[in-house]
Amino acid sequence: MNNKVPNNRAWLLVLPMLVLVAFSAIIPLMTVVNYSVQDVLGPNARFFTGTEWFQSMLNDDALQAAFLRQISFSLIILAIQIPLGIGIALIMPKRGWQASAVLILITLPLLIPWNVVGSIWQIFTRGDIGLMGWGLRELGIEYNITRNAGDAWVTIILMDVWHWTPLVAMLCYSGLRSIPEAYYQAARIDRASKWAVFRYIQLPKLTNVLVIAVLLRFMHSFMIYAEPFVLTGGGPGSATTFLSQSLTTMAVGQQDLGPSAAFSLIYFLVILLVSWVFYTTIMNMQKDKPPHGGA
Amino acid sequence: MSLHLQNIDHIVNGVPHISGIDLALEPGSFNVLLGRTLAGKTTLMRLMAGLEPPTRGKIIMDGKDVTNVSVRKRNVSMVYQQFINYPSLTVYDNIASPLKLAKHPKSEIDKRVGEIAEMLHIEHLLNRYPQELSGGQQQRTAMGRALIKDADLILFDEPLVNLDYKLREELRDELRDLFKARNCIAVYATTEPNEALALGGNTAVLHEGRLLQYGPTEQVYREPNGRFSAEMFSEPPINIVPGQLTDSEITFDQTLHFPCDDELKRLEPGDYDFGVRASHLTLQPQQADDLALDVHVDVAEISGSETFLHVRHERFPLVLHLAGIHQFSVNEPLKVYFPTHQLYAFDKQGHTVHIPARQGGAAHG
Repeated sequence: MNNKVPNNRAWLLVLPMLVLVAFSAIIPLMTVVNYSVQDVLGPNARFFTGTEWFQSMLNDDALQAAFLRQISFSLIILAIQIPLGIGIALIMPKRGWQASAVLILITLPLLIPWNVVGSIWQIFTRGDIGLMGWGLRELGIEYNITRNAGDAWVTIILMDVWHWTPLVAMLCYSGLRSIPEAYYQAARIDRASKWAVFRYIQLPKLTNVLVIAVLLRFMHSFMIYAEPFVLTGGGPGSATTFLSQSLTTMAVGQQDLGPSAAFSLIYFLVILLVSWVFYTTIMNMQKDKPPHGGA
Repeated sequence: MSLHLQNIDHIVNGVPHISGIDLALEPGSFNVLLGRTLAGKTTLMRLMAGLEPPTRGKIIMDGKDVTNVSVRKRNVSMVYQQFINYPSLTVYDNIASPLKLAKHPKSEIDKRVGEIAEMLHIEHLLNRYPQELSGGQQQRTAMGRALIKDADLILFDEPLVNLDYKLREELRDELRDLFKARNCIAVYATTEPNEALALGGNTAVLHEGRLLQYGPTEQVYREPNGRFSAEMFSEPPINIVPGQLTDSEITFDQTLHFPCDDELKRLEPGDYDFGVRASHLTLQPQQADDLALDVHVDVAEISGSETFLHVRHERFPLVLHLAGIHQFSVNEPLKVYFPTHQLYAFDKQGHTVHIPARQGGAAHG
């Protein structure tokens, strides 16, 4: 019983953190939970609805469509950005001023705020004054993101690739730099091909940063809001309306607090679930077979 | 095969890393490159392997000039200070990788991997991955990869540095045996004189990119050709005391006179640096003519089961190498005995001018 006093002290020290987390995360989340199970009509008029909001959200066609779009978008940008990021990291200069220069250049898109990225691309793709829109038109290619859903998709994906591939590239670059030079020497002595060096040395050594890159990019892209909102406003029609935009329309535009609270929780759980499944799968793979043993 | 480095210079960004090294290694020889950090050991190995061409000079293998032949076209293998294995391959696949790249048949690979693994005592680990192994086992795997190739030249770049003391001794002994039956040239870089002595073979002493001496390890140790060589090849470093030699006497520090032995009398009188090995200094007189010195203890350093005792005479410091572990307090006054017939003498240019007769009366060249 001698250790009771230090234990109490410890709780005391943790308390500020608990208060902070309570205000920053737990209380807001509980508010959302509170809304999601009630129909609030006024300050004194509320009805308990149980899982009704959840059911209606899960059965909502528009939301299901937005969910599918969201999943497709995340998968497409992951499929492009991860290999592209690795590729860029592989060809980046390894040392000297060139390395610093390339690093700075490549980091620039990461420093631009989301809605500014949207604005930049909105102007960039305009047919009258935008370099890309104008250029494509001059080349005789029909291109209009406000009318053609395909064009809108291609542009949003291009924009996201431009904005976020540098993050993947930088993570991979740091991973590659941490491989001791002796590995490459040993590979040369073994007469290993470039491909073998990549497959058996670089890729396994990159596994950890790639897990981080995939998780970050998945979560980020799954929550994408400002860029497509500024670029296309979710159009044409609802072709580029992603989950967060549907949610905003519902919660802020229509003040449907109950359904949007239920929707928020589902949204949150999906991200949590996918990230958790991905992470544990990779970690289990590493336990049985070391990095990329079976891939 | 034989390997001959002819007047090799290597300059990187205007800084000479290797200067004028000329070294011929015999087929089937085991060679130790001994030198401190930055002495040029790794650079020299990289040149031998063909990882980069030297700035000047020629590298001759079996009479053929291979100076500019890339490492991919030479038959060499190398073991590093870090444990370098393919992280995503099992121990088996790691060891087999050089044969697989050379497209050997599966049955032969199986057999050879089995032999090598048995030799290195890792046959029970073949299905494991490198990161599941201890450091010693990882390094054994890396050695297996190097040995399976039947390379003409095997390079070991301080392979045991990152291992613990016991494991190091064990692997070192095994390594020596592994090469007895082989016809390739082995080159082994180390910073530790004791490791060179334990490995035997030949030793090349390197200092600041220059080759100081090359010869059978025992001989290089007993008969260093200069002061640097002697200092490099002794742990703790040999004691160097400046002194004057007259017709019949040596004087240390103007105050300590003692008669010198007959061999030394043949030298021209004058100023010399005298060397005495740390292990030749004792705390008890061994012979009647030992010179007694009054010293004070600076620090006693325990290394394994030995003690390096650093002491201070009025003007010059000395270090003693004592067997066993001893305790001393700082500034404790002691008497140290100095065997006057065990002196090396170096002239002021650093060349060896006198080597003491072997203990036990054996003559030397």
